[in-house]
Amino acid sequence: MLCWLSYMKIHLPNSAFLGNIDPFLRGFDEKHPEKLEITANKKWIAIHPVVLSMVAALGLTVDPSEIDCEKLEASSKGYLARMGLYDFLNIKSDIKFVEHEPAGRFIPLTQIKNSKELTRFVTDVIPLLHLDPKQSESISHIVTELVRNVLEHSGSKYGAVLCAQYYKKSNSIRLGIVDTGMGIKKTINFSYPTSTDIEAIRLALIPGITGTTKKEGGTMLNAGAGLFLIKSIACVNRDFFMIYSGNGMYKLLKRRINQKIKLHSNPFEDKHSKEAGLPYWQGTVVGIDITLDQTKELGIILDFVWDTYKQAIKERKKKKYKRARFI
Amino acid sequence: MINITLYRKVGSFAENKDFAREIRTKEIIPALEKNKQVVLDFKNIDSATQSFVHALISDLMRRYGNEVLDKICFKDCNKTVQKVISLVVDYMQERE
Repeated sequence: MLCWLSYMKIHLPNSAFLGNIDPFLRGFDEKHPEKLEITANKKWIAIHPVVLSMVAALGLTVDPSEIDCEKLEASSKGYLARMGLYDFLNIKSDIKFVEHEPAGRFIPLTQIKNSKELTRFVTDVIPLLHLDPKQSESISHIVTELVRNVLEHSGSKYGAVLCAQYYKKSNSIRLGIVDTGMGIKKTINFSYPTSTDIEAIRLALIPGITGTTKKEGGTMLNAGAGLFLIKSIACVNRDFFMIYSGNGMYKLLKRRINQKIKLHSNPFEDKHSKEAGLPYWQGTVVGIDITLDQTKELGIILDFVWDTYKQAIKERKKKKYKRARFI
Repeated sequence: MINITLYRKVGSFAENKDFAREIRTKEIIPALEKNKQVVLDFKNIDSATQSFVHALISDLMRRYGNEVLDKICFKDCNKTVQKVISLVVDYMQERE
């Protein structure tokens, strides 16, 4: 009877999308990472791909014999199977489902562990979403920058876990990319000592700041622009963007339709919510929505990005200027 | 002058930083060391990530200074690729 107490627990709720994901995150129990218990709402499960990616990524860290996945009863359980969750966790399931052709609908759970796999994914899998070129360009950029962050900075032996889903009603793509690596705080601390996860997330989202160097402009391989670019795509397109690492979570909220586009280098100046005392996620979780009707061309977004990037660097340089002391 | 056709090496979506590094170290730097002009040909490349372009040229600007841009031309870039390259070139000139 005491045995169940020693499981890491994750519960798939009735609904968890980026707008209402906070209770799901608060309910995750990260203690005892050697075992995983998965439970779910009995009636209906409607979840953002980032939730599925989190479950799959956790599952990779645990021996399949140590995963206890309750028999799902919700009528939407077939969705989890079709997205490849059971195959991913390497556990048996008797769930029957209609195997819809994924093309144009979704990208099932996928693990990317190296640069070659990423290139193959971007070349072969993203086109299966059958998107307009300007839309698929933004998605390819988002996936590439996020997965490269995982491969280069996370130190996770499991690489990145991701999946995506097209939602016809909202004409949007929702995407989740997750790793179980060292997390943002440890990465950013190589160059910028911080004491909290939420401050590390804030720094990681500021253009020109990277864990690889303190110098403006970054190193020969990292500029510190990737996460800022992704947050900017979401901001310009008026979409949700969420990043969760350690105990901290930052969420870019949707802008109002008539609101003027303005990017901020400091993510806390954008319309956002944040939480600092969440259950500890060992690694980094990123979720993003891309509403296709609103998707601006990447070129337009880059104009905004450059103006903000330049301003941010100028402000930081100004702070470092020494002034003459007159006594 | 040396012409480097990127499409053959990186495909239509230029994102692989490993390829960018390889092109930089094995083709661009040796050409610059011989004082040759370098043409980076982006024909058939639909898009390039900021990370790719950064890995391709930022070290050159660090190593040889901003003047290296007088020796490099970017050929057949579409509008978005031009913007990505300009972004990297601009922020590298703003660096410390």
